[in-house]
Amino acid sequence: MVANSNSPLGKGAAARLVEVSRIEAGFFPFALILPAVILILLVVGFPLLYSLYVSFTPYELLKPNSLNFTVARALRNYQKLLNDDIFWRSLLNTIVFLAVTVNLSYVLSMALSQLLARVTVGQSVLRTLLMVPMMFAPILVGMQFRWFFNANVGLVNNFLISVGLIQEQGQIAWLVDVPLGMITIIIASIWMNIPVMTIILLAGTLSLPTETFEAAEVDGASGWQKFRFITFPLLAPFSYIALTIMSLDIARAFDIVRIMTDGGPARRTEMLWTYITRLAIEDTKFGLGSAMSWITVFLSVLFTLYFFRQLVKARIVR
Amino acid sequence: MITRSVGPNRRRNDMIWNMVAWVVLLMLALPAFWIIITAFRPNIEINTFPPVWIPRRLTLEAYANMFGLNPDVQQRVAVEAYLRNSLLASGLSTVIAVSLGTLAGYAFARFRFRFHTTLFLGIMLSRAVPGVALSLPLFLLFNRVGLTNNVLGLAFVYVAVNIPFTAWLMDGFFRQIPTELTESAYIDGCGHWSAFWRIELPLSLPGLATAAIFAFLAAWNEFQIVSVLARNNAAKTFPPGLFAFTEQFTVDWRGMAAMSVIMMVPAVIFVILVQRNLVSGLTFGAVKG
Repeated sequence: MVANSNSPLGKGAAARLVEVSRIEAGFFPFALILPAVILILLVVGFPLLYSLYVSFTPYELLKPNSLNFTVARALRNYQKLLNDDIFWRSLLNTIVFLAVTVNLSYVLSMALSQLLARVTVGQSVLRTLLMVPMMFAPILVGMQFRWFFNANVGLVNNFLISVGLIQEQGQIAWLVDVPLGMITIIIASIWMNIPVMTIILLAGTLSLPTETFEAAEVDGASGWQKFRFITFPLLAPFSYIALTIMSLDIARAFDIVRIMTDGGPARRTEMLWTYITRLAIEDTKFGLGSAMSWITVFLSVLFTLYFFRQLVKARIVR
Repeated sequence: MITRSVGPNRRRNDMIWNMVAWVVLLMLALPAFWIIITAFRPNIEINTFPPVWIPRRLTLEAYANMFGLNPDVQQRVAVEAYLRNSLLASGLSTVIAVSLGTLAGYAFARFRFRFHTTLFLGIMLSRAVPGVALSLPLFLLFNRVGLTNNVLGLAFVYVAVNIPFTAWLMDGFFRQIPTELTESAYIDGCGHWSAFWRIELPLSLPGLATAAIFAFLAAWNEFQIVSVLARNNAAKTFPPGLFAFTEQFTVDWRGMAAMSVIMMVPAVIFVILVQRNLVSGLTFGAVKG
């Protein structure tokens, strides 16, 4: 089997992915994949190409004649974006949000998985509790935290007043102040991300060979050393699966932002996704919105590709 | 040996770990309990200060209001429409997405062919496209063919959105079935299709159930695409319905909690049903092959 050298993973990675035990079956596998590919091309591929075209035009929904392409104006939308302070601000917000959310979700899930691996009482109940946030739609997560962090009737302020940490008049405007707005959104996203990540890392931890740990114990390794030099490196493939799955779903954070702050107040929590909605849906500037969409598509694909590549590199050979 | 000699110490440590784990996880799950309790409380307990932490009385008022059983409530939410649309779009798209995704997943797990990795990656990357980015061109295109505000149009989109993850999960499940089984089926005279249909598909049914539940929930919870494609109650599902709720002038937290509980029902059932399979399905990608 010759590995396909056009693979975006590069020659080596592709060769490692292809396993010898797979069966040669001519066109049969292509027939199996074809319906899926056709549907994806119809619903994702073609519309994305269309949106690329729209992004080169000054199209506005209420001006039907504006959907025409001229070479001279093709890059106008992208130029506009590059000169738009709000665009840069939303890009910066998005990057900060992603960096903090992804890293903190991973660290917390890792800690939680190590904690759960040691539990001896009520394992199955605890795992069900762990899955509770999975039962929430992202929009529901957003609604819930918007309510909890509400300044007047929110659970968080009420609790802080009850225990005497803040005064009744000194309610904290969680969703309004800088940087609290961003922090509350990040908290909500982390809450949503933790279950799947923890489940994957926990399954990985439980599958590790016990002999290695026994040997390390004989050598007098401390708990932290065992984690740092055995558990953590051996968990690499599981870490990358968790990160790949998370990167596929990262744009779900839009739902949370939309319902919690909708990018406000005064664009303090504006992110690429909310800004697209504002430009295209609310201001009907589909050309400009499409140009921005393409930037988010590019970001998401890059993100996923990176983690997937790492996953392929780290896969366990059996 | 070193660890055995500190027996009582170890037992104490175990107890501490257990307690910490219980506290952390109860805190993680607490918000969900709060939503559920709120749905069944009288409104007066929710909006008072100082807050009433433990409910003194439970009531179904919120649901009576929601389903129009309370004559005092004039303006109500179109829960029936949301429920119908959510079930239709999620159910229909799940059946088709799982069928097609399973075929693709089987091909990736079992066969050797050109562009194996490229195709797999291409399919997965289509899933990485943010819903917001996809919703704009879909809106323009669907507008031309009259598919906006249409549940079937929505289901059609969800099929494509759900295929990649189904294929990824099924690829993992099929890889757990030894190749020798397929090969012996060939020796017994099975063709490629009948080996798949009669032997491997029945073996992968637990995986199929897991994949179906993931697909159903993804469609059930989807917000970005439906909020652009569905402008009225003919196609609005629960998520945009809940969003519309929050945009009203006076925010009815209890009403929203009540609707959230309805929205969570399938998720709760499914998550409990697939707990075990979920883990093996998600992690099998860690093993090369």
